[in-house]
Amino acid sequence: MSPVETSVSARKRRHSLALTVGLVLVGINLSVAVLTLFWTPYDPLNASGGRLEAPSLLHWLGTDRLGRDLLTQLMIGARTALLVGIGAIAIGAMIGVSLGVVAAFATRLADDVMAATLDILIAFPTLLLAMLVVAASDSASLWTAILALGLAISAIVARLTRILAKRVLRQDYIVASRTSGTSWVGVVFRHVLPNIWPTLSINFALQFGLAVIAEASLSYLGLGAPPPNASWGRLLQEAQGTVYTAPIGAIAPGLALVALVIGMNLLADGLRDIADPTRGRSR
Amino acid sequence: MTALLDIRGLTIRTGDKPLVSDLSFTIRPGERIGLIGESGSGKSMTAMAATGLLPPSIAVTGSITLDGQQVVGAADKVMNRLRGVAAAVVFQEPLTALDPLMKIGRQIAEPVRRRLERDGGTASKDAIGREVRDLIDKVALPQPDRIINSYPHEVSGGQRQRVAIAMALACRPKILIADEPTTALDVTTQAEILKLLDQLVRETGMALLFISHDLPVVAQVVERVIVLKNGFAIEEGPVGTVFDKPHHDYTKTLVEAARLFDEALGTTGS
Repeated sequence: MSPVETSVSARKRRHSLALTVGLVLVGINLSVAVLTLFWTPYDPLNASGGRLEAPSLLHWLGTDRLGRDLLTQLMIGARTALLVGIGAIAIGAMIGVSLGVVAAFATRLADDVMAATLDILIAFPTLLLAMLVVAASDSASLWTAILALGLAISAIVARLTRILAKRVLRQDYIVASRTSGTSWVGVVFRHVLPNIWPTLSINFALQFGLAVIAEASLSYLGLGAPPPNASWGRLLQEAQGTVYTAPIGAIAPGLALVALVIGMNLLADGLRDIADPTRGRSR
Repeated sequence: MTALLDIRGLTIRTGDKPLVSDLSFTIRPGERIGLIGESGSGKSMTAMAATGLLPPSIAVTGSITLDGQQVVGAADKVMNRLRGVAAAVVFQEPLTALDPLMKIGRQIAEPVRRRLERDGGTASKDAIGREVRDLIDKVALPQPDRIINSYPHEVSGGQRQRVAIAMALACRPKILIADEPTTALDVTTQAEILKLLDQLVRETGMALLFISHDLPVVAQVVERVIVLKNGFAIEEGPVGTVFDKPHHDYTKTLVEAARLFDEALGTTGS
């Protein structure tokens, strides 16, 4: 085996490690989230335990200040986090990619207007935007949080898509494809989207992590999913006052949050290498 | 027989700078024409104008009729029905002319599918697959199974250009526009690609517009040449006549340069 091939396969191995770890972390989260639909150790509303109990065989992670089982809360929090991440990314991707592609084709004036609008939207703090959406819908719910985060993400995705699509549209193969009679719509679906997908998908994973964290912040501020929906953010907020007496109440949701976000990022890294066959080529 | 490509009084300019000035020529079905000139003489611009693919910032005046359809000012929808059907293009740099993230088999299959659908036939997976293999065979690509499943960066430059030619052939165009198709290739590969183009054009009977800065290269595949300089056509005629009795000084220098180059090769080569 030549040295070049060795380095390529070594690179592949390293990336498949990232993919594996990412899959495991996200997979655990996903399994737990699905599991909570059928079974949780306790009823999430059951406050039968003592207040702030330490971990025991009955309550593996102890109980919160209302006497609810912390593991149950944490597990349901995983479901909330995934729901928020997937929902926000779905909304953000649909609006963002469409807008970005349209902007890439727009006339110079329309493009400038769109770019400026997007920049303003992006400069607008996500949490503030989310608060506005929540205020406008006069009650905080999981869906207003998802919608708000989706809108914030769509601006970022749109700007990225616009830049990436413009770059692809300048390539010779677009002209080559056009000369053989491909319509612009065909060009978008056959060449532009596949070519920007590797970069976009990484960004989606990144935004996924940020959305999960943003939802935690919203819940922390009391603007996320209202009780009894458990969310890691609210668990953190509730544990704040008792962090010295029962540190596990803050540590557990914190770790869960970090594991999911890291898992998503690793997964994105691994997926990119599958999506982009030209990586590993030395230019 | 009516002209396949009829260019009259074509002027192309960006801003105030003319790139092509008052160019006129016609190509009849099956005819092979060479467009010669150095970089910046407007050759490629003419080719892009013929398929209506110049960016809107570049102004085109005059008349271009491709297969009976006026190209100048035509709507994109109209042109899309013409592209591929009337004319297909092979570009200079085969690496950038192929989508880096699409397997070669799929890239060739695209125009094949479009043509089958256009002809009213059913574009079944089998029919497309057969046709793709047929085309790969036609352009003499080795190991079709490997090529079909390769990405453009995984095959050689000459092979990439064969793929690009296969894609152009897949359209079964009435005229093939070859824009410096051998410039990015080494001399040996260049000769092979020229031979292939020549043979394919003869077999299919399609017309050829061959664009190059290299007179000897053009002379191998065309019957008639047009010499462009600074956007003006300065000389036109059968390839033998232009080669043997060039009128214009510029053409003389081109011929002379080519002759000197050949001589240099002859003395050092053998």
